[in-house]
Amino acid sequence: MWVLLAIAVVVVGFALRINSMLVVTAAGIVAGLIGGLSPVKILNAFGDGFAGSRSVTVFIVTLPVIGLIERYGLQHQARKLISKLKVLTTGRLLAIYLLIRQGTAALGLTSIGGPAQAVRPLIHPMAAGAAERRYGKLPEKVQEKIKGFAASADTVGLFFGEDIFVAIGSILLITGFVDTTYGLHLEAIDIALWAIPTGICALLIHGTRLLLLDRQLDKLAREAKDAEKEAAR
Amino acid sequence: MIKVEWFYWLCGIFFVLIALQVLNDRSNPKRIGSAAFWGILGLSFGYGTFVVHKQAPSWLLGIAVIGLAVLAGSGFPGKGEERTTTPAERVHFADRFGNKLFLPALVIPVVAAIFGAWLAKVKLGGGKPLLESGSATIIGLGVASILALILGMVLLKPKSPAVPLHEGRRLLEHIGWTAILPQMLATLGLLFNASGVGKAVGRVTDHMIPKGSLIAAVALYCIGMAIFTIIMGNAFAAFPVMTAAVGWPLLVQQFHGTPAVVFAVGMLAGFCGTLCTPMAANFNLVPAALLQMKDQYGPIKAQIPTAIPLLGCNIVVMYLFAF
Repeated sequence: MWVLLAIAVVVVGFALRINSMLVVTAAGIVAGLIGGLSPVKILNAFGDGFAGSRSVTVFIVTLPVIGLIERYGLQHQARKLISKLKVLTTGRLLAIYLLIRQGTAALGLTSIGGPAQAVRPLIHPMAAGAAERRYGKLPEKVQEKIKGFAASADTVGLFFGEDIFVAIGSILLITGFVDTTYGLHLEAIDIALWAIPTGICALLIHGTRLLLLDRQLDKLAREAKDAEKEAAR
Repeated sequence: MIKVEWFYWLCGIFFVLIALQVLNDRSNPKRIGSAAFWGILGLSFGYGTFVVHKQAPSWLLGIAVIGLAVLAGSGFPGKGEERTTTPAERVHFADRFGNKLFLPALVIPVVAAIFGAWLAKVKLGGGKPLLESGSATIIGLGVASILALILGMVLLKPKSPAVPLHEGRRLLEHIGWTAILPQMLATLGLLFNASGVGKAVGRVTDHMIPKGSLIAAVALYCIGMAIFTIIMGNAFAAFPVMTAAVGWPLLVQQFHGTPAVVFAVGMLAGFCGTLCTPMAANFNLVPAALLQMKDQYGPIKAQIPTAIPLLGCNIVVMYLFAF
């Protein structure tokens, strides 16, 4: 039972915001020592674990070509394509972004979106712009709501889209861990196929909530306006 | 037969080239330590081949890996000055190349899918598979990246063949040591497993469910994945623990669930936890900071009402399709 202390190391380490690599290494050593492994065996485990899980890091071979097309304006071109959707409301716009984000992530194009690449420069300004058309100057509560949901559309789309693509880290981790530990031979594509039902549920649930966002914003904007009138009286 | 180790060597060579570039990058204030990080990582990728084939001792690689962790903990690798195009140049290029820019990006998933779905089943004369078995995806990703890069070079005609390497380094320096965190977490999973953490959690969870109840076991695995992910901030870290505790012994061995469904949906149940936790800082706190929100938990608050019903969906999907 004492071996559960290794989990405590992870929790405390992350909570104290110590570098994750150090936390993970320390937790591994603690688990090994309490579990009765000799120091050489622990080092062997680190070596074997690293060598056996190299597949998780193979995604880096895509970086040179992605960097290359970014250099020649990929994000600008994407912005141009998406800006043709100007006539939409905040909720509908974010719902469409969710669909695009999830769809492209399912094709392995996870680098097309992201909070820094897309939400901050592109999606949030469009969503806020759509709201301004409707309510005029935005009360703070409305602004915060739009920001939170803009970020959420990106994250939900990514999480439940990327697992449908065969070559993503989480799938490779599943096959890597299960194959080395239990001697199975799982093909990544089978794991990817079984991510589809949950992906559809995620799209329906979060998409519906995004479409209902317009009503919530209506209410928040109305309340803010009433409060303003009260204050003016 | 096309072997997966060739592509690990490709990664290794890439990291070593990055290390050499970093070493020559005087704009990087931490260039020595950063070059050491990428260099050790690159050599470890090649050395790993001999470890897997039991031709070299693993402990040596273990020391290198712990060395990487110590370097990461000491603030390496650092970033150099970014030498890429300006926003104005990018607008100009985007107008010139238009939607052609998407072509190399589209080649990657298409080629990777062709390898994973079709070439994986092709046999050579003598019955040997064309691609090393169980590695079709990795091989596909490697080949796809090379083809996409060739297409990109032909379409965009950069001045020097070193341009993609510099651009790759720009992205890699942004990612930093986080690039190998998933690999470290997989290693941690192995150590947890070897020292019996999974079994210990299993003993704890054993008392929590009625014996022989399938739906209870499925719910325990999914909810356990979500809770563990909330605590650890990463579904990758929770997966090996909950799988050793519940997923493998109970759902696969005892109830004969289909492994692919159990593990795929289990991981997604963990993702529901990621949506709710400030521990997953890069997904939840960074966007709030980027958008300059007053409430740093704003994105989490927008996500929790999606995460809870979605966790329920995962339980239903696993119960219906895995057994």
